[in-house]
Amino acid sequence: MSPQLEIQLIAVIVAVACALPGVFLVLRRMSMMSDSITHTILLGIVLGFFVTHDLSSPLLIVGAALMGVVTVWLTEMLSRTRLLAEDAAIGIVFPLLFSIAIILISRFAGSIHLDTDSVLLGELAFAPFDRMVIGGVDIGAKSIYITGVLLLINLTAIIIFFKELKVATFDPMLAAVLGFTPALVHYGLMTLVSLTAVGAFQAVGSILVVAFMVGPPVTAYLLTDDLKQMLLLSGLLGAVNGILGYQTAALLDVSIAGSMAVVTGIVFLLVFIFAPHRGLVSSLLRKRNQRIQFAKINLLLHLHNHEGTDEEASESGINDIQTHLRWDTVFTKNILERLREENCIRFDDGVVKLTDQGRKTSVDNYKIFFSEF
Amino acid sequence: MTTFIALLRDYTFQTVALGSALLGLISGVMGSFAVLRKQSLLGDGVSHSALPGVVMAFILLGNKNTEILLLGALVSGLLATFFIISIVRNSRVKFDSALALVMSVFFGLGLVLLTYVQKIPNSNQAGLNRFIFGQAATLLKRDIMLMAICGSVLLALILLFWKEFKLFTFDSDFAQSLGFSTKKLNLMLSFMIVVAIIIGLQTVGVILMSAMLISPAVAARQWTNKLWVMVLLSSIFGAASGVVGTAASSMVSKLPTGPAIVVCISTIVMVSVLFAPGRGILHRLYRRKRNKLLFKMEGGAPNVPSA
Repeated sequence: MSPQLEIQLIAVIVAVACALPGVFLVLRRMSMMSDSITHTILLGIVLGFFVTHDLSSPLLIVGAALMGVVTVWLTEMLSRTRLLAEDAAIGIVFPLLFSIAIILISRFAGSIHLDTDSVLLGELAFAPFDRMVIGGVDIGAKSIYITGVLLLINLTAIIIFFKELKVATFDPMLAAVLGFTPALVHYGLMTLVSLTAVGAFQAVGSILVVAFMVGPPVTAYLLTDDLKQMLLLSGLLGAVNGILGYQTAALLDVSIAGSMAVVTGIVFLLVFIFAPHRGLVSSLLRKRNQRIQFAKINLLLHLHNHEGTDEEASESGINDIQTHLRWDTVFTKNILERLREENCIRFDDGVVKLTDQGRKTSVDNYKIFFSEF
Repeated sequence: MTTFIALLRDYTFQTVALGSALLGLISGVMGSFAVLRKQSLLGDGVSHSALPGVVMAFILLGNKNTEILLLGALVSGLLATFFIISIVRNSRVKFDSALALVMSVFFGLGLVLLTYVQKIPNSNQAGLNRFIFGQAATLLKRDIMLMAICGSVLLALILLFWKEFKLFTFDSDFAQSLGFSTKKLNLMLSFMIVVAIIIGLQTVGVILMSAMLISPAVAARQWTNKLWVMVLLSSIFGAASGVVGTAASSMVSKLPTGPAIVVCISTIVMVSVLFAPGRGILHRLYRRKRNKLLFKMEGGAPNVPSA
């Protein structure tokens, strides 16, 4: 396999592996916890290194994952005292643990081949240099296998515990009543997130892990209401972001992980603006339609109210309507035009009159709004 | 002790300690409002988002003056805040997700720009990295001047609009009903918080800046229920940990300043949460025990199931 292909494969695997647990983070409003965890795993790695003195030891991964869970636990313990808000608890715990990690690294920098840059920023371009050799045969980059196993773990866990995760996410009370311990599901998920963060940081750096965990799920969240579809879409979006990000990076010769994050942001922005139903454009259009609809109903009721009364001429004159309903000229003209096209009103000597059709619509509207259901 | 006195006379130490103290003071004051308005993590978001602005300012202006780089940081920090607010307002995406997304995407953009700069031949980009982790040791006298000026302006504004900010922080609906423009106050306060974050970047870096904003305020909150006491305490805590952190990193070799300051302020938080009278955990335990005893003395059932 060529290095380019290998890098893209790793990018796709990492992005998908991050997006899957990320879906639950986003739905459970815990996105910032991923930010916290991705920082504190550094401490886990450093402590693990002091124990094993080996940077490639699997114990490091265990230590880092444990540290992620400890972070969550500490944060929750702090916020459970109710002396400070939950977000403040996050903002206190992770900088502290991160600072301790940096101090340890700086103090013992001579003996560790671990610099904070590589942990925080990562570099995907170097991934193919680290080969997986079994029995003297080169079978591909090591990262492919590490991230592959990670993806597998995430997939299996989510498929097996799909029901539990779903209930505990959307209705923790129900989950507790049904006998699934929500706390167990919660910590299980957090373990998964920590593991993913640990596995992914070597490739993309721990800060950008957040982009891959939160970006695709948030994007998918704007496109669907179905949890399964959201998972699928997130995975798909993650993969697309990975490939596009790599291509952009190769084109401009810049940081791969960084450009993957930027592509994630751009894809989100596009979906945010153009998504059907929930996008900015469609929601603005909907708001405009609702405004027009309401104005039409309003005007018809106004006309119906004053129809045949003495003040009809002063209330329903073409020029009086906008002062009475407090509309501006353009809007009033627009509404009148629309209603006339629908055959609801006619103009009679400068006074707006209801047609039979208009009278009927007005009465119908009135019934819809004010009759008992 | 003699080394300590010698340290106090050291010019570099004086500069850095003054800078850190200023930073602690400013972020302590502004952080009080951020924490009370439950916007603690905005600091984290803004500081991460400042990175592309720093690099962009360097690319466009080819200048490494702190003022210019920080101006870039300010612009991109504000831009990120704007993005976060408009995403939350116009879609069903929640604040935390929007924050995490915008922050990491901006940081990614910063990395892209940083790697781009590194490839420009002859560009003397060394030193941009210092904004990621912060390097208090690189603080110059003019940086301190900049911090002092910005800090004075911020403090003056806080004093000038004290009543408005107080009202807005605790009861924005009431503020609006009295005829204050909450929109303007919100904008102004957010802007001031962003400025406070930006001027701290050079000392503690984008990652640890959020702690500087949150921790002094949270610690101060435990000791009092009065806003002015909280702001005062918070600024004292911030300034003190700035000085102590700097002193520790000067006396112990290979101890980076930013993390040392953060550890220091976190210790203050822990002490406050545990020992503060009235609210602290220990005092709460003591009160519970005493209540149990009183209850027993008044003839209550001896075995009260603990809730």
